Amino acid sequence: MSESTLVVGQLFNGISVASILLLAALGLALSFGLMRVINMAHGEMLMMGGYLTYLSIGVFGKGPGFAIGLVVAFCGTALFGALLEVTLIRRLYGRPLDTLLATWGVSLILQQAARSIFGPIGVEVTAPPWLSGTLSLGGTVMTGFSIPGVRAFIIVLAAVVLGAVALIIARTRLGLLIRAVHENRPIADALGANTRFIDLAVFSLGTGVAGLAGSALSLIAPVTPTVGQSYIVYAFLVVIVGGLGSLTGTLAAALLVGVFSATAQIATSQSFSDVLLLVCVIVFMQFRPRGIVAQGSRALDET
Amino acid sequence: MRRELGLALLLVAAACAPLYLPPYELSLLGRFLALAVLAMGISLIWGTGGVLSLGQGVFFGLGGYAIAMHLKLAGLAPAEVPDFMQWTGLNTLPWWWVPFRNPAFAIAAALVVPGAAAAVLAYLVFRRRVSGPYFAIITQALALAATTFIISQQQFTGGFNGLTGFSSAFGFSLGDQRTQFGLYWLTLGIVAVTFVGVRALQGSLFGKVLLAVRDGENRVRFLGYDSLPFKVIAFAVAGVLAGVAGALVTLDLGVISPAMFGVVPSIEMVIWVAVGGRNSLLGAIVGTLIVNFGKDWISSVFPDLWLYVVGAVFVLVVTVAPQGIVGLMRLRARSPRLRRATPPALVE
Repeated sequence: MSESTLVVGQLFNGISVASILLLAALGLALSFGLMRVINMAHGEMLMMGGYLTYLSIGVFGKGPGFAIGLVVAFCGTALFGALLEVTLIRRLYGRPLDTLLATWGVSLILQQAARSIFGPIGVEVTAPPWLSGTLSLGGTVMTGFSIPGVRAFIIVLAAVVLGAVALIIARTRLGLLIRAVHENRPIADALGANTRFIDLAVFSLGTGVAGLAGSALSLIAPVTPTVGQSYIVYAFLVVIVGGLGSLTGTLAAALLVGVFSATAQIATSQSFSDVLLLVCVIVFMQFRPRGIVAQGSRALDET
Repeated sequence: MRRELGLALLLVAAACAPLYLPPYELSLLGRFLALAVLAMGISLIWGTGGVLSLGQGVFFGLGGYAIAMHLKLAGLAPAEVPDFMQWTGLNTLPWWWVPFRNPAFAIAAALVVPGAAAAVLAYLVFRRRVSGPYFAIITQALALAATTFIISQQQFTGGFNGLTGFSSAFGFSLGDQRTQFGLYWLTLGIVAVTFVGVRALQGSLFGKVLLAVRDGENRVRFLGYDSLPFKVIAFAVAGVLAGVAGALVTLDLGVISPAMFGVVPSIEMVIWVAVGGRNSLLGAIVGTLIVNFGKDWISSVFPDLWLYVVGAVFVLVVTVAPQGIVGLMRLRARSPRLRRATPPALVE
């Protein structure tokens, strides 16, 4: 493999990592932007999605199992998210740092539960036959370079989900209400929008998308009880860099962080790229403290 | 006055602990008291300043490594390098290890390096008025980056195993019981001094402005104060206290390793303070002791249960008792009628 294909290959890996980060960060950005809730258990939604995919492959077999697993992962984590919102998050609105601590507790419980049920080592999900091939780009400049099917699938999945969420927010009645609450909660409330239900819907949607991310992740890495924890910090950095409540910002930030990590890893090493990433985020904050897409507001006190 | 008397009696009782506690419990108590120094720092920045840090472990680790590097070098002949460096084929001491031969330098570094690191981080983040949840997440990323970095630099830092295998500290044999007693009293003294010092800081004008920054940062600005130096100084003080705790624990345990201050231990440090009561300095000490003795007990009796318990404690403390044990006790002390009328003020 020549120099250029190596770079392109790594770039491609970066984009597929960015896709998972995007899916993971989407829910965080939505719920933090709308409700000022920091969900530390969001990483465990990834983990749960991964295990649900693993289970449905066990039940339905290799071929259809994964497709069903995607649906099960989305629905299962969305349901769990709704439950979490109703029982815990709802009591803590207006106290972002407390939601952080409480959901961290939830994440510890979920991790230990996963450890008790599935064991500490983790389970492997093998890609279904319809994804195990590679796409080769013969005949172009990139001769000899081929794209693994699973990675291509992950990128397509992220694009579809992003498109769907964007559509919901831009075109549906629910989306209209979400935008209204996001812009001015008390006024939307006064005009009759059911803000409680909207919060619930957004939170649940966010955790469901994280479940899908877990499904996707299970294709390229084993599902372990702590798999969520290794992604959550990066997902939060994506939210910080992207700015609140903007899908464009989250997308741009996920691409930046994913590709940056991947390229920094070729140039240096995994650990050094972590340090470099943090330094870059802090430097970035000096210039754009409110993220790539800053939301204009004339309110004085914001968290 | 009664309160001061009670605290003084408590201090005397703690000072006599070597007389009545078995050695294992005494060493636990000493270590947890050292951790309480760090917890008082969290109480200062979180309770008084409203700044939640999920990366106090990093400053703890910096203090620990500063002392550990000295202890490692102290047991060697001048031309020798530490054992883990020999294993990776490093035959000359890196330049930044050399000054740690000097004990005074190592002690100074254990205080100055964490303090300076905390000040720089706080300045860079708070300068652009990034605060609250963002700061918490940045500090968590710091904990992650610091531990992966230290693990990867095995030839310089001992990697995952950290630094261990010390025989003596500052001329005292570490195995000796008298050294253990001395270390315990030293720790207790530092706890007492920290308690008095932080309380004085909270009572001063500085502390009052810091509290005002927590409750209404913009209003403080309108009154003509720049909130930045208050937050930076408070965070630096907490960093120094974390460094002191790291140094003491390293002396006590004879080891410092990345597993002691990563993402998970760092957030556990916050729960000590939350359990005790984030707005109370005494609560920070009490919470640290209760959570850590509880952890020691539960993880020896039911090893699988600890994470469930700590997870449930996180959820319960935040939802049921946001002011911690101290808050519950204050609530009880009031009359029942008043208790219903005024829920404890909770401010982010």
